[in-house]
Amino acid sequence: MSKRSVADLKIGERATIQSFNNQLMSLKLLEMGCLPGAEVCLHSKAPLGDPICLKVGGYCLAMRKSEASTMLVE
Amino acid sequence: MSAPIIALIGNPNAGKSSLFNQLTGLRQKTGNFPGVTVDKKSGTWPLDAQTSATVVDLPGVYSIYPKSLDEQVVTDILANPAHPDYPNVAIVVVDASNLHRNLLLFTQVADLGVPAVLALNMLDVAQKQGKDVNAVRLAMRLGIPIVRINARTGEGLDKLKQAVQGQMKEPVLPPSLFFDPADGAAELIAETRKDYTLNSNYLALQYLIQHDGFSFLNQSQRVGLDTLIDRYGFSEQTFQADETITRYKRIAPIVSEAVTEQNAADTPTWSQQLDRFLLHPVWGYTIFAFVLLLIFQAIFAWAQPFMDGIDTGVAWLNGQLKTNLPAGPLTDLLTDGVMAGIGGVLVFVPQIAFLFLLIALLEESGYMARVMVIMDRIMRKFGLNGRSVVPLISGVACAVPAIMATRSIGTRRDRLITILVTPLMSCAARLPIYTILIALVVPDRRILGLFNLQGLALMSLYLLGLVSAIASAAILKLFLRTKETSFFIMELPTFKLPRWNHVALTVWESVRSFVWEAGRVILAISIVLWVLASYGPGNSMEQAETRAREQSATLTGDALQNRIASERLEASYAGQFGHFIEPAIRPLGYDWKIGIALLSSFAAREVFVGTMSTIYSIGGGDGEDDGGITIRERLRQERNPATGGPMYTPALAWSLLVFYVFAMMCMSTLAATQRETKSWKWPAVQLGYMMALAYLAAFATYQLMK
Repeated sequence: MSKRSVADLKIGERATIQSFNNQLMSLKLLEMGCLPGAEVCLHSKAPLGDPICLKVGGYCLAMRKSEASTMLVE
Repeated sequence: MSAPIIALIGNPNAGKSSLFNQLTGLRQKTGNFPGVTVDKKSGTWPLDAQTSATVVDLPGVYSIYPKSLDEQVVTDILANPAHPDYPNVAIVVVDASNLHRNLLLFTQVADLGVPAVLALNMLDVAQKQGKDVNAVRLAMRLGIPIVRINARTGEGLDKLKQAVQGQMKEPVLPPSLFFDPADGAAELIAETRKDYTLNSNYLALQYLIQHDGFSFLNQSQRVGLDTLIDRYGFSEQTFQADETITRYKRIAPIVSEAVTEQNAADTPTWSQQLDRFLLHPVWGYTIFAFVLLLIFQAIFAWAQPFMDGIDTGVAWLNGQLKTNLPAGPLTDLLTDGVMAGIGGVLVFVPQIAFLFLLIALLEESGYMARVMVIMDRIMRKFGLNGRSVVPLISGVACAVPAIMATRSIGTRRDRLITILVTPLMSCAARLPIYTILIALVVPDRRILGLFNLQGLALMSLYLLGLVSAIASAAILKLFLRTKETSFFIMELPTFKLPRWNHVALTVWESVRSFVWEAGRVILAISIVLWVLASYGPGNSMEQAETRAREQSATLTGDALQNRIASERLEASYAGQFGHFIEPAIRPLGYDWKIGIALLSSFAAREVFVGTMSTIYSIGGGDGEDDGGITIRERLRQERNPATGGPMYTPALAWSLLVFYVFAMMCMSTLAATQRETKSWKWPAVQLGYMMALAYLAAFATYQLMK
């Protein structure tokens, strides 16, 4: 089974971050509280489906789909 | 002893600026950090009868590792105790409703060895989310003083003052580092500390990871650090990722000990409900379009009465000066030169104020972040970024603050492209040119009973600017190749009611700096132009006057005076400049008089209308005809010597309009580009491509419409 990433979530779906596949991007995401083991929830999407807004650590974080796809989920 | 320095540090949206305004009130000023152009907001805060502290508001950051240019300055100061703005005490403002992420930055600041006070803000928000924060327990676990504050209402400021004074007298530092880099790279850290005589392990790590961005290190120091990194095979990225994870792991038990959380019902907040609407595929764009419409409405319609008022006021004052002062070159300089220049600046103030008022409201409420999200996908196609939206919108008022607003764009290329195309957005300074020329050649008529033709013409010019900005961005994207990945990661703040005092301060600051910065340039040019247009080489001016009298012996009174004035103008230094460049601009339909206006407005396009009125009115005599209508009448009456018909044909007027849509006629913008890109290449590129575009487009317009 291929790895799912945060970019594959549906609106309202929750998932736990497992690992990152891009080190440079992970530095930025880690600081914002997207840690391995943290739970994220896809809160909403921009009109064209990209960027997306996540609930993480009790706040709302917007990012592009390409960035979300570097966070692999269980 | 000089005033102690207190730095405000914190995450964006943690309430740092509110606290800054509470502490300093109106005792604040905007300057630059030495060596960099990032705006530095500082102010004085009276601590006791003898001492006033200087409070410096540092840009909001999520960590000590900068992700954009404006964030760089935080590390640059905190890692360099020799920096003039290095704080005696740092107040770290922390959002109590999001402790984990906020404490990440706090532990980094503490590990750098800066004496810190933690200001625990937004406790009310945390309370609403069912979180109860025990500040005493948090202070014990972190080992530094903590003060509960409410930055919006000003609660807790006395306690904050006491805590800061305490940290100044006898600093309390945390007993140990929250993250000790020696755990993973003991020898490397020890050697770095020894070589660079650093007093903290964490500072040594910052030298290793961030030395390229540290302005205070010289070339050989940087090379030395690179050698160390290579010798130990040190991987900065891996280490930095480890650091962040380790810190979060340390913070987690501290937070769970200090915060009691009642399980609040997991219903969406009203902020989230609102987002469903604002990010909606249809409603999202509709609302944004409506907001843009509102901004334009404010700039063009609501500002008009104020602008008319200022115009009338300046004209009245000018008239008073002319009647009450003795006639002579000094009075002429004061009225035709200085006053005309000042009026030209002041008349833009209402538009700038309205624009910055609305932008400040959008930013304050949190809506601007949503706009960036819904625009990112579209902007990305053209090599721009969701964050480019703010500079592009601000560009409608003035490109200078707009270019400075690009600092929040983290990707170098996205930022550069935004800087290069922003001046194509039609700024407030182009508006008077548009207004006069449109009134000259477009009939004031409604079509379909609804749209005013002049309004449509004006809108089409703004659209032309916008479309060309986007198109230029797409072209620049092809040329500026980069390996760097563009990114867009941004916190969506919750919606808040605007803080009115904050909004008022922002508007006041932008108006003040516009009047001061642009005003000086315009004033200087107006004076120089007046001199150049009033004097000529040798006795050429006298000869011109004699010639005029001889040739028009039949004329008397005003007609004779006008004839003499125009002959004198042609003989003046300015007139000779105009004749000199006439061959180059003839294909665009312009004559030497327009040539003078072009040249004088080269440094600042807002000078154009002033120059036109000076050129067409010098020697006119009566002071009451400085209003726009009279200039328009003069332009309408101007004859083309070659055809005998009106000089200002639609072809000429549109050629001029198109020219000013594209032309890079603004020294301040070029200077801003130079400062922001730290190179002369990019302002040169900007000047080159915009001027070429202007010349070709004006040429095409004139030749097609002729």
